[in-house]
Amino acid sequence: MLLGQTNIITYILVFVSLYFEVFLLITFFEKIKETKEEEKHLIYRFKTATIIVPVFNEEKTIFKTVDSLLNLNYPKDKYRIIIVDDGSQDQTWNTIQQFKNHPQIDIYHKENGGKWTALNFAIEKATTEIIGCLDADSFVDSEALRRIVSYFEDTETMAVTPAVKIYQPDNLLRQLQCNEYNLGVFNKKMFGHLGAINITPGPFSFFRREVFEKIGPFRHAHNTEDMEIAMRLQKNGYKIVNAHQALVYTVGPKKYRDLYKQRLRWVYGYFKNLIDYRQMIFKKKHGNLGLFFLPASILMLLAAFYYTVTVVLGFGEFIYEKILLFRAVGWHWKPVWHFDWFYFNTDSVIFFSLLMLGLTIIVTILGIKLSENRFSFNWHMLYFPLIYPIMSIVWLSKAVYNVLTARKPTWR
Amino acid sequence: MKNENKISLAKYIYAFVVTLLIFSTTLFVGNYFNSKKIDEVKNIESKIAIDILASETQFNLLTELACDSIKESSFSQELGSLDERLKYMESHFDTNDEEFINLKKYYSVLEIKDFLLFKKFSLRCPQAPTSILYFYSNTCPSCESQGFVLTQLRQTYPQLRVYSFDLDLDLPVIKTLASIYKIETDLPALVIKEKTTTGFQSLESFNDLFQKYKIDTKL
Repeated sequence: MLLGQTNIITYILVFVSLYFEVFLLITFFEKIKETKEEEKHLIYRFKTATIIVPVFNEEKTIFKTVDSLLNLNYPKDKYRIIIVDDGSQDQTWNTIQQFKNHPQIDIYHKENGGKWTALNFAIEKATTEIIGCLDADSFVDSEALRRIVSYFEDTETMAVTPAVKIYQPDNLLRQLQCNEYNLGVFNKKMFGHLGAINITPGPFSFFRREVFEKIGPFRHAHNTEDMEIAMRLQKNGYKIVNAHQALVYTVGPKKYRDLYKQRLRWVYGYFKNLIDYRQMIFKKKHGNLGLFFLPASILMLLAAFYYTVTVVLGFGEFIYEKILLFRAVGWHWKPVWHFDWFYFNTDSVIFFSLLMLGLTIIVTILGIKLSENRFSFNWHMLYFPLIYPIMSIVWLSKAVYNVLTARKPTWR
Repeated sequence: MKNENKISLAKYIYAFVVTLLIFSTTLFVGNYFNSKKIDEVKNIESKIAIDILASETQFNLLTELACDSIKESSFSQELGSLDERLKYMESHFDTNDEEFINLKKYYSVLEIKDFLLFKKFSLRCPQAPTSILYFYSNTCPSCESQGFVLTQLRQTYPQLRVYSFDLDLDLPVIKTLASIYKIETDLPALVIKEKTTTGFQSLESFNDLFQKYKIDTKL
């Protein structure tokens, strides 16, 4: 039997990635009814909520962020906003003075200490049943809080994550992120169903206040406090669910350099936190997360590396051959395009790539369907699965390098 | 308050079975097309074998006849296309695959047969087109470029008969042919008009060689 010029590693990585997707899709179909039920967003009692907005040099976006919070469709006496200026050096403190006398808003200024310190500073002051956070580069949909709170009707639920979207994707890089986030909406919902959420994202994740009393406040956690707290919750067996229709819009980095910095911080934090919580891996006690998702996520990272190396090498070989051809016969050579199927690449790898491409597109569409209740397709979905892994390999490699050489990336 | 963290073993197995099904179907599709390609090559090979047998027989029948009764067209026209296909397969298939190696071996033997027949013909008929023997190996650095030049040459002069031999193939008859023309390790090696030239030959040097051996490329 002919297997083509592919080796066993390719097959293993393809199989694992495929298994992962199939697993999530099965979960999707299995939970359709349950998901529909959730979408009624039934609330029996409006819980009191605090929304912490940590700000650091964000004078430009802070107004819009707070404005979106004030427009939440939620009883005004049931939620408060705490803005913590984490030692900004620009006009942020002056800008937020306009909220000083607002009945729903408290403003504080503290010495710069990092986002996690600003969160803990406000948690100390909060007295409400649930506490959430919203980064100053994000805006919420007016229904978001209601939808989040409806999940807290389940007394077992300790934390709820939202559906994060990219705010106005106006360039190619943001379109890519938009796709990535839509894909994320689907994945996170399924992780939620499977009890395997490992990140409670900075924009608009909510926790019961007793969580902090029982397992402690946020930690520095390699600048990714939103991953660490989720892992800590999971380790303690606390339930985290996803409110897939609680929409939050975040401003994605516009330039590659900024995206690179952001992702480097995320991936570095991801690795470091994974190392810190390595005892959870392959533990039956930690359910699907420990047994399957953490190990699988490592394998998927390997797959991204492998894919990129293969693509880059393949492209290099192609260029090398073309140079050889040019040097051998110059431009005498005219490409004869014969429509002969024989010369179409029909290796299994091609069909596997098409399969994964198709699945990624389907899952992205399902992500949009879940969060916005509409079917939508755009051409960005077509190239996203091809170039995103290659783009991400840059920060993945750097993060691995930094973990190995113990170099810490900065916030900004 | 604790999360139950239920793990459904049945679901893991079910997902595994579904994955396995999709995985093997995809693998099957790829292999199906690849085996179709093998079949196509096999078809061409048997066609060439028939061509050779036919021209051999024709040759024996008409020993006494004049050269112009045996047209150049009585020789197989498919060697070039087969060569191209095998080259393509070489870069996309597992080259250690036994089926593929056998196809290549058979191709080499057919080439030698065709070459011998053609040689007999050109000895008797001076106006016969030229043939080139080309020896290469996968480890030789300039062989890939030489291959490009020969493909180009073939396109420019369709009458030219180029026979290429992979010295890496474990086939005694190729070794014998190579030893006749004293070709050992110095590759790429070309045999034109019974004379051996080694090293990479560009398009220009081919033109020089043609002039040197007084080869009329129009034939």
